[in-house]
Amino acid sequence: MRTTTMDPALDLHRLQFAFTATFHYLFPQLTMGLALLVFAMKTMALRTGQARWNDSARFWIRVFGVNFAFGVATGIPLEFQFATNWARFTEGAGAVVGHTLGMEGMYAFFLESSFLALLVWGERRLSPRAHWGAALALFVGTWLSGWFIVATNAFMQHPVGHVVLPDGSVVLESFGAFLTNPWAFVQYAHTMVGSLVTASFVVAAVGAWWALRREHEAVARTNLAVGTSFGLASAILVAFPTGDWQGKLVAEHQPAALAAMEGRFESGSHAELVLIGQPDIRTETIDNPIVVPGMLSFIAYGSFSKDVKGLADFPPAERPDQIELLYYAFHIMVGLGTLFIALMLVANIWRWRGKLHGSRPLLWALLLAAPFPYIANTAGWMTTELGRQPWAVHGILRTADASSEQVHGGSTMFTLLGFMGLYLVLGILFLFLVGREIAHGPKPAVGAAH
Amino acid sequence: MEMIWFGIVSVMAALWVVLDGFDMGAGALHLVVAREERERRSVLAAIGPFWDGNEVWLLALGGALFLAFPAVLATSFAGLYMAVFLITWCLVLRGISLEVRSHVAGREWRAFFDVLFSLSSALLPILFGAALGNVLRGFPIDSSGQFSLGLFGDFDPRSASGVLDWYTVLVAAMALVALAHHGALWLAHKAAEPVRSRAARLAGRAWIGTASLWFACGFATQHLRPDLMSAAWSRPLPLALGIVAMASFGASFALARRGRAGLAFLASAGFLVALLAATAAAAWPTMLHSTLSTRWSLTALNSATPAEGLATGLVWWSLAFPIALTWLFLLLRLHRGTIQPAADGEGY
Repeated sequence: MRTTTMDPALDLHRLQFAFTATFHYLFPQLTMGLALLVFAMKTMALRTGQARWNDSARFWIRVFGVNFAFGVATGIPLEFQFATNWARFTEGAGAVVGHTLGMEGMYAFFLESSFLALLVWGERRLSPRAHWGAALALFVGTWLSGWFIVATNAFMQHPVGHVVLPDGSVVLESFGAFLTNPWAFVQYAHTMVGSLVTASFVVAAVGAWWALRREHEAVARTNLAVGTSFGLASAILVAFPTGDWQGKLVAEHQPAALAAMEGRFESGSHAELVLIGQPDIRTETIDNPIVVPGMLSFIAYGSFSKDVKGLADFPPAERPDQIELLYYAFHIMVGLGTLFIALMLVANIWRWRGKLHGSRPLLWALLLAAPFPYIANTAGWMTTELGRQPWAVHGILRTADASSEQVHGGSTMFTLLGFMGLYLVLGILFLFLVGREIAHGPKPAVGAAH
Repeated sequence: MEMIWFGIVSVMAALWVVLDGFDMGAGALHLVVAREERERRSVLAAIGPFWDGNEVWLLALGGALFLAFPAVLATSFAGLYMAVFLITWCLVLRGISLEVRSHVAGREWRAFFDVLFSLSSALLPILFGAALGNVLRGFPIDSSGQFSLGLFGDFDPRSASGVLDWYTVLVAAMALVALAHHGALWLAHKAAEPVRSRAARLAGRAWIGTASLWFACGFATQHLRPDLMSAAWSRPLPLALGIVAMASFGASFALARRGRAGLAFLASAGFLVALLAATAAAAWPTMLHSTLSTRWSLTALNSATPAEGLATGLVWWSLAFPIALTWLFLLLRLHRGTIQPAADGEGY
């Protein structure tokens, strides 16, 4: 691995990866959570024999199929970009992260791709139990896939199980330590619960939409019940304990990232938590701040008086480079996460009292809430990835030393613009297809209509 | 250990070509063998359950290169930047068009995605074939261990100034025709009539095309890379594999003429595997040949990651490989025999 002068195309490489990864993750975050919900619905269908469970599952499997196809298609460019745009990362860290990326293909992708068509088109062909098995295979496959990607990212956030060679590249020393990276467990729990938040909110929103229109009553009620119960559980779990664990890991291993996330410029004890405010990095102050005294010390270290480092403690070369964006990404995630708990708490209380299906304001709120978990999940990943900067592999390989030197800005700008155009069209196509499915509503079992 | 991983990479590449090759080939012929809606759905039904799993072999191959020969992966992909992104976009468009095509009943909707699917399916073997041509021809890798090639230069392979030149275009043409042959045999085996008979007739013509292009590629390679060809003749493994390739290729023609499309497809698979394996065995240990000086070539020996990591990888790979084959076997068994197109809206 060579350390050289600043690559002039670096920002374009970063922007292209950020754009394509952000767009890609709109799909798997629904797929992974929905795989669990579909599996739960198929299990209930087998156990109770009630048609509403199979009708719900059938509808969501169709949405799952479309969503999965877009996830696969937009995932391929990410795998390729490691090598095309981040050649020095691939060369320098491939001996380690190549394992998890390779295992994802061999263990997860083969499982998912083999059973996807059986799940989507196989309800009539297969016995109920075999179709349930296909749902299980997709659930296991998507959650395994998530594990391998998060384990890869965890190595970049908090490298363990490796040794650094004299040329700067990293090689595997302990496969066990690499696979059981504590950061990976915490990040995986937080990511998967976050995915479940998205899926639950989407399921609840579609149920609310049909309830508002007084359509498909049995399935609408089922969706509302599944969406709000899983929604409450996941909205709580994503904040506590998984979000809390994640925050403590960042505080311990990436203190500069924590300072930037919180907009904290000066070090000191009794650190206050900024709820709202605009960071000004020139004057190193927060405009219009609303703060909770001592709270940041408590969240990060469990005591109100603990010292929390500010950005002033870190030389500029050790600080994240997008402080404002990182600050807002983190605050948007946390703010939305708090609102999710409140909304789902109210929705569940109404449901327990048997009044959710008829409460139009609440149904409207559930309907309109659907896009926000996507924003929160995206903001969460932006927090993670911007907080890792200026490192590609934390403490070992700088992002500036990880890009492909042989690829110039003209090429990268060309492909970046190409992706923007392509993904705009794909985004419209996806919304059209899923909107159509929702408008058609749940369909009866294949063949039963004739 | 480097040799084992070189072998794993070669096997996975061959499996990917054989498996994804039949759905790319069938896709390239989609508009030719199927004209009406029901015929088009016969083609899609015959590849729909398989295509995604087949493409995973490409990703798994990338994963194997990533952990065993990351420098080879990084140097080639970054050096062929523009060509790699053309491939990427074709893969995206192909997957999307195949999956969304039957979701909407409109005639124009389906016509549009049929054309998009078929075009991207035809472009992919051409681009992958050109990439293989580049690997055979070599890259202008210099002392930095890097190169950078645009899509085209002066079209002369001896200067290696672009991805496309007369030699790589020749290999690309062979890849397209050989996979069209392969895909036609798959359809002749799996698809419903009348696609089945049309595909069988096309396979005969594609066989002749493949034979002549193979001949031409052999001569061109002899002219351009005499070192590679002499290695192929003098080493026992590539020589034996070359003979297997020829025998399988001949058998595929003879079996197809007798109407045994399934066996002819297997013979075609044997031909592709043996030809690719022979090429890899002749090239060993070179992975990326430098046209400037062979001391700058990237080989399995100078670009492999340390042996301990490779040994660890071998353990999990050996566990995963039979599992992946089991899923494939289950899928083939479930869809054995002719695959009838599903009713509208109930399948691909």
